[in-house]
Amino acid sequence: MTARTRDAVIVTRGLSKIYSPGSEAEVVALKGVDVRIERGEFVAIMGPSGSGKSTLMNLIGCLDTPTAGVYECDGIDVSTLDAEALATLRREKIGFVFQGFNLLPRMSALDNVAMPLGYARVPVSQRHELAQEALDSVGLAGRSGHLPSELSGGQQQRVAIARALINKPPILLADEPTGALDSKTGEEILALFKRLRDDNHTVVLITHDAEVAAHADRIFVMRDGEMHLEGAET
Amino acid sequence: MSFIDILRTAIFALRGNWMRSALTSLGVIIGIAAVIVMVSVGQGTQAEIDKLVSGLGSQRLDISPDSGRNSSGARGSSSSFFTLSEDDVESIRHDIPEVQFVSGALRGSTQVVFAENNASTSWQGVQADYFDINNWTIAEGELFNAQDYSSAGKNVIIGETVRRTLFGDESGIGQTIRLGRVPFTVVATLQSKGQGGFGQDQDDVLMVPLETSRRRLMGANGVPPGAVSQISLTVTDAKDLSYVQGEVEALLRQRHKIKPGDDDDFRVRNISEIVATRTATTNLMSKLLGAVATICLIIGGIGIMNIMLVSVTERIREIGLRMAVGAGPTDVRRQFLAEAMLISLIGGVIGIVIGVAGALLVGKFSGLPVALNGQVVALAAAFSITTGLFFGYYPARKASQLDPIEALRQQ
Repeated sequence: MTARTRDAVIVTRGLSKIYSPGSEAEVVALKGVDVRIERGEFVAIMGPSGSGKSTLMNLIGCLDTPTAGVYECDGIDVSTLDAEALATLRREKIGFVFQGFNLLPRMSALDNVAMPLGYARVPVSQRHELAQEALDSVGLAGRSGHLPSELSGGQQQRVAIARALINKPPILLADEPTGALDSKTGEEILALFKRLRDDNHTVVLITHDAEVAAHADRIFVMRDGEMHLEGAET
Repeated sequence: MSFIDILRTAIFALRGNWMRSALTSLGVIIGIAAVIVMVSVGQGTQAEIDKLVSGLGSQRLDISPDSGRNSSGARGSSSSFFTLSEDDVESIRHDIPEVQFVSGALRGSTQVVFAENNASTSWQGVQADYFDINNWTIAEGELFNAQDYSSAGKNVIIGETVRRTLFGDESGIGQTIRLGRVPFTVVATLQSKGQGGFGQDQDDVLMVPLETSRRRLMGANGVPPGAVSQISLTVTDAKDLSYVQGEVEALLRQRHKIKPGDDDDFRVRNISEIVATRTATTNLMSKLLGAVATICLIIGGIGIMNIMLVSVTERIREIGLRMAVGAGPTDVRRQFLAEAMLISLIGGVIGIVIGVAGALLVGKFSGLPVALNGQVVALAAAFSITTGLFFGYYPARKASQLDPIEALRQQ
């Protein structure tokens, strides 16, 4: 641990999110959360539904801005950014992995992986090569021409991970990535995350499953919009 | 995203629903085709009218009998049809110095025969100025001489169509032809004028001296001595035209002893009045076609908007995903705008092809003049792009303003 120079890639201070503030439908989803995650860490954010972990994930993923508090994503304060700037930040800093894979059904695995490159304005000539490399790195070298429907669930999730990695973001944000997979395939995906962690990616895993969370280096537990527990497993 | 990326993504999306896309573009296809036919016919007709006006000249007045209407609104008896006379012609010539040429005329149609060839054609009984007024020039031979006019010589000048029908490759000058049962000698042939502004063959005509036509061709009913069925004149200077028109009307009212307040027994028209009628008809048709085209484009546009709204709703998860991987609102808006514009542009291209073919068919079968040019096609293309832009903007904006969190949550 001390051998590696470490810098914080996700820092939140007093992060709060209130939906419909001031109205009767006001919901306080997040109450002053302080989190610090270093580069190359594999952390899990746990908690039952309604605990605020999804809200926290949306904020960390730059999909939303906080009502109060500060979030510095790889050194950039996101609270004042508009939709366009947030999109740019997501493109450069965040790779998303979803429970339902979210692959575009009519595109081949290769094209699905290459899709974010268009928004990053990578020249067309380089895209297939980069996408193929990403597929190779998740162990799907021979499946690049297949449609999502021709792949197993585990393979589809690997394609999604390759897509998340394509723009080389520092943060990989996985929302229940094993939720739609059997336990053996889930273990394979978690093993892949550990390998990515070893390649100095920061992996943030959002889950309600303690067994899944146990694979992470540190576990945050959310309850009622507050950070309830922060502990190191290893 | 680069332009190429946007285009590729749009084509990919449309191909996924190609049937729906094709049906959606149908409204634009019809609208654009209608625009092309409309503008082509409109421009063609306008060009014809311009040609007609310049061909007949804006220095010209035509006077025809107008027996007026009696109290029941019916036309007067046929005997009052010949209200104009050669004396009127001479009076105009002498009393109005601004008049350059003036000629009375009689007209009718007859069977013309030479050897085995015969044809039905129209004849004009003319005075000397008639040829200048109507821009007729002699191809071969000589105009009528003074004696032809004064003593009703049985000489005839034939138009190009008549010459070809009767004589083929020969000039026919010096030959004797029969008009009805009366033998005439061909003294000259006319230079061809080609098709006239109303699509008629101007060369299917022959000319005889006025007096000759009155005696030999008007048939048993005959006409009053000196009577003419029309007087044409030109003024030396075009800007005197309306002044001369007033002078002619005053002169003829005086000569015909028409009391103030009574109806004239003649009518003076200048070419712009004749053209105005035709222009009005053309304009009405253009407006009708324009209305049809506009309605088609609006319906087509609404169809595009409708389908794009459906598409945004259907692909809400895709939009959420694209936003998650870094697509900004601008990227999303451009993508959906590109799809809408592509639908209407493809519709526009097909519409242009159908419109051009339609315009050519209209020209071929309806006889309406058609002018097709690059401007028309460019205009149609611009219309189709505008339609896509206008009706695609709202759905595209809606897509771009989606909250990525909400969009990803949709099932």
